[in-house]
Formats: sequence, C-alpha cells, structure tokens
Amino acid sequence: MKNPSVDTHLLPADSGTIGTEPLLAVDNLHVEFTTRQGVARAVNGVSYSLNAGETLAVLGESGSGKSVTAQAIMGILDMPPARIPKGEIRFRGTDLLQLSEAQRSQIRGQQIAMIFQDALSALNPVFTVGWQIAEMFRVHKGMSKKAAYAKAIELMDRVRIPAARQRVNDYPHQFSGGMRQRIMIAMSIALDPEVLIADEPTTALDVTVQAQIMELLAELQRESNMGLILITHDLGVVADVADKIAVMYGGRIVENAPVHDIYGNAAHPYTKGLLESIPRVDMKGQELYAIKGLPPNLLDMPTGCAFHPRCPFRQDNCVTDVPALHEISGTRSSACHYWREVLDGTAG
Amino acid sequence: MAPQGDPILEVRDLVKHFPLTQGIVMKRQIGAIKAVDGVSFDLRRGETLGVVGESGCGKSTLAKLLMALEKPTSGSVKVNGELVDVHKGSNLKRFRRNIQMVMQDPYTSLNPRMTVGDIIGEPYEIHTEVAPKGDRRKKVQDLLEVVGLNPDHINRYPHQFSGGQRQRIGIARGLALQPEIIICDEPVSALDVSIQAQVINLLERLQSEFGLAYIFIAHDLSVVRHISDRVAVMYLGKIVEIGKDTQIYDKPSHPYTQALLSAVPVPNPEGRESRERIILQGDPPSPANPPSGCRFRTRCWKAQEICAVEEPLLQIRPGTDHESACHFAEAHDVVHAS
Repeated sequence: MKNPSVDTHLLPADSGTIGTEPLLAVDNLHVEFTTRQGVARAVNGVSYSLNAGETLAVLGESGSGKSVTAQAIMGILDMPPARIPKGEIRFRGTDLLQLSEAQRSQIRGQQIAMIFQDALSALNPVFTVGWQIAEMFRVHKGMSKKAAYAKAIELMDRVRIPAARQRVNDYPHQFSGGMRQRIMIAMSIALDPEVLIADEPTTALDVTVQAQIMELLAELQRESNMGLILITHDLGVVADVADKIAVMYGGRIVENAPVHDIYGNAAHPYTKGLLESIPRVDMKGQELYAIKGLPPNLLDMPTGCAFHPRCPFRQDNCVTDVPALHEISGTRSSACHYWREVLDGTAG
Repeated sequence: MAPQGDPILEVRDLVKHFPLTQGIVMKRQIGAIKAVDGVSFDLRRGETLGVVGESGCGKSTLAKLLMALEKPTSGSVKVNGELVDVHKGSNLKRFRRNIQMVMQDPYTSLNPRMTVGDIIGEPYEIHTEVAPKGDRRKKVQDLLEVVGLNPDHINRYPHQFSGGQRQRIGIARGLALQPEIIICDEPVSALDVSIQAQVINLLERLQSEFGLAYIFIAHDLSVVRHISDRVAVMYLGKIVEIGKDTQIYDKPSHPYTQALLSAVPVPNPEGRESRERIILQGDPPSPANPPSGCRFRTRCWKAQEICAVEEPLLQIRPGTDHESACHFAEAHDVVHAS
C-alpha cells in the first residue's frame, strides 16, 4: 500500500499480484466537471481491480462514466474543468493520484498505455507513422533516431502490418481504418506496458476487421501477460473476450461479475434490460424488449438509485435510497436493493 | 403485415461508376470507382430487405441511387412498374414522394436552426398537394404523436431532444409524404444500446400500421436479422448472396457471408473457445481496381483458377436453395444459432 517508488518496472513483474494487491485497483473514485450549467458528477465512487493477464470489460452507454474513469487512470483528464475530489487509483500499490506530474508521465505509456476509439484523429496527420511510433522510444528511452526507427519497423511487424519496412514512411491517411488501429496498438505496446486500456477499440471498424483486431489484442496479451481494460458498449465483444465485467450506469458500477455468470443471469435490472434488448433468433417478429426512457442527465441526477426512473421493478425506497454495491459472492456484486429478486426472477 | 403482391420496387443491373480524373485544366478520366456494379433485386409491399456488407461495399451509394440523389451510370429502377427517369423533373418529383429516407446520424441530419415543426413540415412545401397550408400544423402534430413524441413540442429545436428522439424526428419527416418505401441507412448505429431497441420497435410498428416497405441498410447483423424478411449481402459493389433471412443466417453458402457471420461476436460467453471463426486476412481491395473474375477471390480460402477467370453469377447453386455468386457455393452453418 505504501510504496512511493516510481521505478515500478524494477519490481518483480512475474506475478500478477504483490501479496493480495491487484496490479491495478480503482478505489471509490469520484470525478466531477465544472460546467457553466453546474457540476456534472461523471464518476461517483467507482471501484474495480485488474490482475496481470486478465481482461476486464467495462460496459456502459455514453455518459456512464466509463471513458472518464479510464482517462483518470491514464492521467489525461483536463484539470480543470475536471476534478477528482475523492478516490484512489493504485498501480502495484502506489496511489497514482498522489504522484507528481513528472512521476505520472513516467508511468504513462511505459506501464499503463491506452488505445483510443478513433485512430485517425488520434494519430498526427503531418508525421509519418514510423516517426510517431519511434517517438515512444526517443522520448521515453532516449534512443537515437536510427535505433528508434528500427524498433518502429519491428513493432509494425509485430502488429502484422504487411510490408512494414516499405510502409514505415507513410502517413496515417494512407492506411485503412484497421491498419490505423494496428498502428495505435503498436504505439501503445511499444514500451511493454503492464496495463493496456482499450477505449472502444473496434467501434469504428467493420466486423471482419474487428475480429482481426480483437484476435491481435488477445495474442499480444498472451505473449506479454498484460492486464487489459476493454471499454465498450458491445455485449457481443464482451462475451467473446472478457474474463470479468463491470457494468456502469450514471457514473456508478451497477454490477460486477465474472463473464460466465452475467449472461442469462443478471443481478441488476439495467444489465438484465440490456441483455434482453439484444435481438434473438427465437424472438423474430415480436417486439424487442426496450428499456424505457433515457439515460440520466449528469447535471440533474435522479435521487436514490440512478436507474429508478427506467426500472420496471422500482419500489418506493429506490427513489430515496442510493443502493450500495451488495456482495452476492466473492466475485459478484450488484447495486440494486432487490438483487435477490432480480437474480431469481421474482422481482416486480 | 406479410409482404404481398407484385414488387413495388424493381432494380435491374444498377451500376454507378464515379470517374477518377487527372489534370486540372485538361481533365481526363483515368479510371472509375466501381461503387455499385450491377445490382438487381425486387422489393414487395410491406417487405423489409436488409442490406449488409463492410464499409466501401456500395451500400450507401445504392441508397443514394434508389433515392435518385445520384444518377446511375446504367441500369434501371422501377417503382410500381413505372420507370424512374432521373432526367425528367415531373417524373422525379412524383417518384420522390413515394420513396423517402431515414439517415444515419440524427445529430447532423436535422437543421439546428429549424424547429421540429418546420423540419417535419418541409416536405409539404415541395409537395403542396399532400397537405394544404392550413392543415400542415395539425399533420405535423399527428406525425409527432405517431412516432411517440409529444405533439406540444412542435416549436422546439433539435438540440432540445436526445439522440433517440431526434431519430424519431427523422422518421417522422420520412413519413410526412406517406411514402410506400422507406430507405433506412444505418438508422440505429449512432444510438445507445438501450435506445436502439426502442427505435427498431417503432420502425416495425410503423411498417405494420402503414404497410411500408423498407430497405434496411446496417452493419449490425443481429438487428438486420430481427427486422428483415430477406437479406442481401454486398461485397465490392455486387450482391454476393441474397435470400430469406433464415436462408442467409442458417445456411449461408457464399464464403464471404460465412466469414461475415462468423466474425460477429455472439453475446453469450458459453462455448466461446470452441466457436468456429473465419478470420479474413487483409482489407477489401479497392473498388477502383477490383480483382478479375470473382471479386472476393483475393481473400477467399476456396479460390481456384476458375475464380480468377470467370465471374460467378448470382444464381441458385446445386445443393442450396437461394441465390449465391460463388462457383463453390456450399451451405454451411457457421453461427449454430441457438
């Protein structure tokens, strides 16, 4: 818990945990944004943890706080307008929020790296991709231009960009969407990070390319035993790759569970609604189940449980009391007053 | 409402090539992007045809051609047995009343400076015969009610609505002229998961209420399966397979369809390690210079010499019950739908 050393890469990297401490732990994190209309509480007490080699899927709609949490971990939130009033983000036991900006930039990219959704706007259009990948080595490792270029080509090979040697001097616009995402991945894994955060890495891509990218990520993860945080709203992708899932709604985690438990057996009405709204083969011609209403407005959150205006199982105390994250088993929890009823189907 | 009767829309050998030019003063054509290259299909009243394919396969160009927003290079479109002549204004105006579109992005397809009433009522300015001036406000309010919005919000602006509500406004505008055909170009892909189901339900309800025929273009294959009676799979400007939804999803016979279906993540983690997955290598070739013969052969694991020489026609192949454009078509269940 108290290890202020920044040279965390010198710590033993073979085991996923130091004692019982996970590789990365977010603990009761709060993030708020000051806007002209008031204070938007984007993240309200989120906790999750990640071990080496594990894939955690963070599932949620736009505005649920899933990306803001990831940006807080990376330390790339603009502060102000953002503010972190409470919470801890522990990486190998060190609270990242207590570190200085210089110390954090040591960790950013080297130990924790991130892939963004839209590769075209994340890459700089006026530099070649080789220059941009090599920048990681020049800045963080102080390599010479030539050595960094050689490393860039090696990485482009590793993410399976055909003819890497010829393409290293091409510009981002000369690549297809899938290839650009591979370049983003190459940059993020350049320094062998221990945690990789992928924020909707395949949302902008076609399904066939999505399959290629997800396979590549899984392979890289196997090779280097990275912990992967996959932020997405696609229930299919989650079912395919995740080990455990954190479902977010209105800036809170509403359900935490291993992937095999959650599908078909949700313990929160929101998760249940999401899973039921997927079109199924045997439901053809019937009306789809739809969650009523709209996602909450962050400037004007509902009282009590944030989901209560849309919840089919709502009771009186849901309007007044904020539900705690109830533990169901050692690995599962649900933020619903009536999780037992939701779980065994007697709710409502 | 079950699809019935004669085709309401007949598309034959539709081709759209966009010229590639070189030079500024002396422009000359050096090639063409073959965006849509010989597409034929029928659509009946009350029917939904799903169109799926990767980006760049020509889905959206097809939508624009059907709306007569682009002039086809060759080929014909018939509505109710009448040929659409894009060079004749009166013909085009009548035709456009009958075929309307719902756009993908509800944030950019609504004019932020117009009220909802003006947006939905604008079609009446052009087609004055549908609603006389005095009736328009009432008609717009009826439409708002039909798509599940509050009729009192007629004077609000688009920014006062959420994404799902804006898409409803777009749908109301599409319905204003009481068309028989609506083209939906990715109508739910910009919406949140919990809102998508609401909009799909609305589209289905409107179809049975008004007997609409839909061309439903989307990349989400589970949504397409839910809403479509028939499905067409496009690759590089051509339809490679077309058939009833059950035929396409349960017995796909074209290798591309099989690869596409197997790449779709299944929202059920059980048995994910053993699931069959066909991962295509590389990206689709450029439509400016498509491969000879079968266009899919460069990424196909079944490709043989004949594929490079002879272009496979879209026809019913031995051992299958629907049309497929592959020399080696063979029904193969890749999804094992449960």
